[in-house]
Amino acid sequence: MATMALGRAINAGLRCAMERDPKVVLMGEDIGKLGGVFRVTEGLQKDFGEHRVIDTPLAESGIIGTAVGLAIRGYRPVCEIQFDGFAYPAFDQIVSQVAKLHNRTKGAVIMPVTIRIPYGGGIGAVEHHSESPEAYFAHTAGLRVVTCSNAADGHLMIQQAIASDDPVIFLEPKRRYWEKGEVDEEASLGSTPMYGARIVKEGTEVTIATYGPLVATALAAAHTAAEEGVSLEVIDLRSLSPIDFDCLATSVGKTGRLVVAHEASVFLGLGAEIAARISERCFFSLEAPVLRVGGFSVPYPPAKLEQYFLPDADRILDAVDRSLAT
Amino acid sequence: MTTVMARSEVDAPRATESAGSPDLVQLIDPEGHRTPGSPFSELVADIGPEELRSLYRDLVVVRRIDAEATALQRQGQLGLWAPLLGQEAAQVGSARALQPDDFAFTSYREHGVAYCRGVEPTMMMRFWRGSTQSGWDPYAFGVTTPAIVVGSQALHAAGYAMGIQHDGANSAAIAYFGDGATSEGDLSEAFCFAASFQAPVVFFCQNNQWAISEPVRLQAHLSIARRGEGFGVPGIRVDGNDVLAVYAVTRYALARAYDGEGPTLIEAVTFRMGPHTTSDDPTRYRAPAEEDAWKAKDPLARVRALLQAEGLLDDPYLRQVEAAADETASALRAGCLSTVEPLAMTLFEEVYAEPHPLIAEERQQYTEYLAGLEEVL
Repeated sequence: MATMALGRAINAGLRCAMERDPKVVLMGEDIGKLGGVFRVTEGLQKDFGEHRVIDTPLAESGIIGTAVGLAIRGYRPVCEIQFDGFAYPAFDQIVSQVAKLHNRTKGAVIMPVTIRIPYGGGIGAVEHHSESPEAYFAHTAGLRVVTCSNAADGHLMIQQAIASDDPVIFLEPKRRYWEKGEVDEEASLGSTPMYGARIVKEGTEVTIATYGPLVATALAAAHTAAEEGVSLEVIDLRSLSPIDFDCLATSVGKTGRLVVAHEASVFLGLGAEIAARISERCFFSLEAPVLRVGGFSVPYPPAKLEQYFLPDADRILDAVDRSLAT
Repeated sequence: MTTVMARSEVDAPRATESAGSPDLVQLIDPEGHRTPGSPFSELVADIGPEELRSLYRDLVVVRRIDAEATALQRQGQLGLWAPLLGQEAAQVGSARALQPDDFAFTSYREHGVAYCRGVEPTMMMRFWRGSTQSGWDPYAFGVTTPAIVVGSQALHAAGYAMGIQHDGANSAAIAYFGDGATSEGDLSEAFCFAASFQAPVVFFCQNNQWAISEPVRLQAHLSIARRGEGFGVPGIRVDGNDVLAVYAVTRYALARAYDGEGPTLIEAVTFRMGPHTTSDDPTRYRAPAEEDAWKAKDPLARVRALLQAEGLLDDPYLRQVEAAADETASALRAGCLSTVEPLAMTLFEEVYAEPHPLIAEERQQYTEYLAGLEEVL
């Protein structure tokens, strides 16, 4: 076990993946000499060379489109999109090519492309640097979407994403990059499946389903609730497409109440799908409607306003109160 | 393939670019005479009588595939067809220049390219019939299945070429696209990546003058061959209805790629004699006079005239060509009509390479639903 920050853990995971498979190549803007604007790829170009850690032109569609060609050639590209808001220029290549080529070719072509996207707010950034685009990708058949909330998952899941023969959108909660955790560097790829939610805190009264940057927020809410005598169960979804509904349904079967929290706008966010499915599966166990906590239906605001936009522990606890009051 | 001429010799015709549009490379004029004096003619000096006859045979067969498919669409057997009529030489000339290890990334009108790469026309029919999204295994023939989002495949070709480079292999990628696609950002990004990494890729534009109803002047203020200059991708403008000239310039561009000299853009100037697709009506946007003018530059007629002039057009040969076209047409018609349509449950196949719980759940639910319907019946 080693203690490392999330960003460092992903870096170590990338290194393991590159050592394991010479077909793994990293591509992105500023990822080589600079090591990425968040330093997630620091030192990798020095150790693996410019042909495996490729500084690309500033063209997101170009990064993903050439990664498609490299994948057709038998490579396993790992693309970094520098910030969430810059994924959109690559949207066509991701949705129409990366997601569909395996199906289009009846399985002849595989697309083992990992697309790393630092996402979410809370770092006081300028516009386009704080968004949560996961629903766009989760809605697209052919893509897998995962997100890590802690260093151990960052280290393991990036390796699993790269090893997957399917394309994976790998969302990294940028405001948690510097948060440290225990990492088992020897953990085998099969030790914990990439698909599968995790109960990070057991509880009995209300289930909080969340992921990425809000896992820590939900845990803080659970601690506050515990002080007030309310027991919350916190689930880290980890995989956003597919979603581990068995884990959620088991938990809701126990608590009878569910609050879904994410930074993305509530309207048509992942919470909507989770609410619909859990209502179907757990209709007779539910004591209250599934509630959602998330961003408002407004563009991501300027830095001085983001504290009001982003769900915090208090807003999660407010939803818990409303659920319990039903 | 080895380069059969010094680069400096072929730089000469392109040097006039600054004075206007680049020179049009032509080796056979529309009347079927060999055009003397082009340095590119040396690149096809090895194309003897048999090879020339074989090129003509392919042109005829490809035109016949197109006609038969158009007929099948009119008869309701295909949902749609994108005719290549008029573009046979651009496709056959370039595809025949490729080596087996090269990989072609096509748009959706490149039936002639697919044919030259060995794809059975029946496989093409099944795509346009709506029975599959592809039709063949790209790896089996070194040519992709149709790309519908115009320009998207140029980036795939550039990326594949970067892979060739990493592998240290001696082959190239070629991206086919039309004049309309040159306006797409993906083309500019592909030029940028290919030039920055000096990737072994050939960008082959069939400028057929029309992007559905939009004339090429709306896509390009200057000639398309010059589109790559600012990126460092040299351009060649070739008579796209001249199969030998297309063959030669493609060889030239491929040799540059094999020799590590980076990407080349070829603009093959041609004309889409038919509609954009079988759903299109060109009479709404272009004058018959334009079509008539291009009929006089027909890519098949000029090779036929050349063969005639060189004493290579005897009756047994013509009968062979006709028989090859007939055989291909009847095979693709039979293949199309005997298509076994995919079963409902194939919907859920190959969405993901690895097991996926949502797909498994929906497959099971739909299976049960269909079984329930059968019980009702």
